[in-house]
Amino acid sequence: MNLAAFIIIAALILGSALAAILLRNLIHSALLLVASWAGVAAFYLWAGAEFVAFAQVLVYVGAISMVVLFAVLLTRQNPRAELPVEPASLVRALTAAVVVGGVGALISSAVLATRFPAPSAAAPSATVKQIGLDLMQTHGAALLILGVLLTVALLGATVIAATDRPQPPEDTPR
Amino acid sequence: MNAAAESLLERAPLVARDWFVNLLPAPLQWLAHHLITIGAILAVFGLFFAFTTIAERKLLARLQNRLGPNRAGVPKFSILPWHLKHTLFGLTQPFADAVKTLTKEDIVPAAADRTLHFLAPVIVVTFSLLGFAVIPFGRHLVPVELDAALLYFFAVGSATELAIFMAGWSSRNKYSLLAAMRALAQLISYELPLILSVVPIVLVTSSLSTSAIVHAQGAWTFGFLPHWFVFTPWGFAGFIIFLIAALAESNRSPFDSPEAESELIAGHLTEYSGFKYALFFMAEYFGLTALSALGVTLFLGGWQAPVEFLQFIPSYVWFMLKLVGMIVFFIWVRGTLLRLRIDQLTRLSWQFLVPLALLNLANAAFWSLSAGWSGPLQAVRWAVSAAVVVIPFLALGRALTAGYAPRTYRYAP
Repeated sequence: MNLAAFIIIAALILGSALAAILLRNLIHSALLLVASWAGVAAFYLWAGAEFVAFAQVLVYVGAISMVVLFAVLLTRQNPRAELPVEPASLVRALTAAVVVGGVGALISSAVLATRFPAPSAAAPSATVKQIGLDLMQTHGAALLILGVLLTVALLGATVIAATDRPQPPEDTPR
Repeated sequence: MNAAAESLLERAPLVARDWFVNLLPAPLQWLAHHLITIGAILAVFGLFFAFTTIAERKLLARLQNRLGPNRAGVPKFSILPWHLKHTLFGLTQPFADAVKTLTKEDIVPAAADRTLHFLAPVIVVTFSLLGFAVIPFGRHLVPVELDAALLYFFAVGSATELAIFMAGWSSRNKYSLLAAMRALAQLISYELPLILSVVPIVLVTSSLSTSAIVHAQGAWTFGFLPHWFVFTPWGFAGFIIFLIAALAESNRSPFDSPEAESELIAGHLTEYSGFKYALFFMAEYFGLTALSALGVTLFLGGWQAPVEFLQFIPSYVWFMLKLVGMIVFFIWVRGTLLRLRIDQLTRLSWQFLVPLALLNLANAAFWSLSAGWSGPLQAVRWAVSAAVVVIPFLALGRALTAGYAPRTYRYAP
C-alpha cells in the first residue's frame, strides 16, 4: 500500500517532468512542470511532512508557477518553440555530450558516495508547533533577518513599481 | 458549558453518521465514514450555493427597485393527480437554472486547446471545494483536523489562479487572455493582504489550527460580551482588510474587473458555455463561501454563541447564521459600490492594504506582549492598539488621496 503510493507519486513526478522536457508547446511544458511540483508536494505528504507539503503547494504551485507562465507569455509571441533541436554543428554536439557526461558523472558519484543513515526505529514526529518553536528559538535570528530582508524587498519593489512621472490626477480641478 | 457541548442536538449529526456506519460490515466502515463527511459537505454547500444564487438575484433586484425572479414554481407532473399552482416566490429558480445549464450545448472554439479548455473548470471546482475540509462547522463538526489548517486553506486556494490562467489561455481569444492576465494581477495583489490580515491571529493564538483558533475566542466578559477577535482593535482592522481582500479574491464587485462586461465581454469565461460555464460560476460561489466561512472562523468566533445563555442552540446553527450574514453583506456590497479601474484596484492593495496589514501585525505583537496588563493599564493597552489602527489609516488615506478633488462636472449641473 505504502510502496504502491510511492511508486505512483514517483511516476507522476518523473513522467510530468519528462513530458515537460519533450513537449514542443511551452505553455504545456510550464503547466506540466507545475504538475511535477505538485507531485513533490504529494511526496512530502506521503512522508508525513504536512507543513512542508502545504508550503510547497503555496510557494511553487501558487507563486512560482505564475512567474514562469508570465515569463513565457511575455517573452515569446509564438507558443510553439521554433528553436532548432538537431545539433547545428559537430562542436556543439560534442560540447553538449561532454557537459552532460560530466554533470551526470558528478551527480551519480555524489549519490553513490553518500552514506545514508539507517532509519531510526521511531519515526520523528514534527508537529507544526515544534517546527515553530524550533524556528523561533534556535533559528530566531536567522528568521528575523530573513523576514526583514523579504519585507524590505517587498516594500522596495512596491516603491519602484509605484513611482512614475508625477502627473496631475485626472480629477484635479484645472 | 459541558451540558451544552454534549446535548443531543449538538451531537445529532455525529450520532446519525455513526448509526449508519455501524450498519455496514467492518471493512467498509472506514470508507463510509469519510464518504459521508464528503457527501454532507457537497450536499449542504451545493444547496447553499443554489440558494445563494437566488438570494443574490432577489436581493440585487430589491436594491435596484425590481422584483427579481418570482415565477418558477413546481412543474406539473403528469403522474400526479394534483398540481401545486403556487409559484413559491420563485424559490425553485436555481433548479430550473441547473436543468438549463445541464442541457445546453457545450461549444468549444475550433482553435482552442481542447485539453486545457476542459481541465480548467474541473480544476477550479475541485480546489474551491477542498477548502471546506478544514473549516470547523460546529463544536464536533470538523471534517479534517489538521495542525497546519490555515496553511492548507491558502495552499488550496492558490491553485485557482492556475485554473484561471488555463481558461484564459486555452480559449485562444484575446479578450479571454487579457482578462486572465487582469485576474492574475488582481489575485496575486490581493493574496498578500489576505494572508497578512490572518497572520496576527496566528500570532495571538500561536496556532495554525482552525479549531484551536475558535476555542481561543470562546469566552464572555460579564456573560454577554464575546471574546471574538473582531472586537479587538487589531482584530477589527484585520477583519476589514480580510473582507476587502476576500471580495477581490472571489472576483466580486467592486473588484470584478476581470469580467467587466462592458470591456472584456465575460473575461476568461467568454468561450465557455453550458455546464463548463456553470462550473466556473459554481467555483466562484464556493470560493466566496469558503472565504466567508474562514472569516467567520477567524474573526467572528466560529461556531461560538454570541451570548452565554444562548449556548443551548446548536453550534452549527450559529455558524450557518454567521455565514449567511457574511454572504448577505457581500451581496449588499455588490449592489452598492461601483467597479474599480484596474490601476486603482492594484494601487489600493499595494499602497494601502499591505502597509496597513504589516502595521497591524506589529499591533498584534504588542497586544500579545501586553496580555498581562490589568487595571488602568488595560485601558492604556486598548488606547495604544486603537491608535496604531486609526492614525496610520487616516495618515495614509490622506496622503494617497491628496490632490484628488471631488469630481467637478463641467457639462452638467
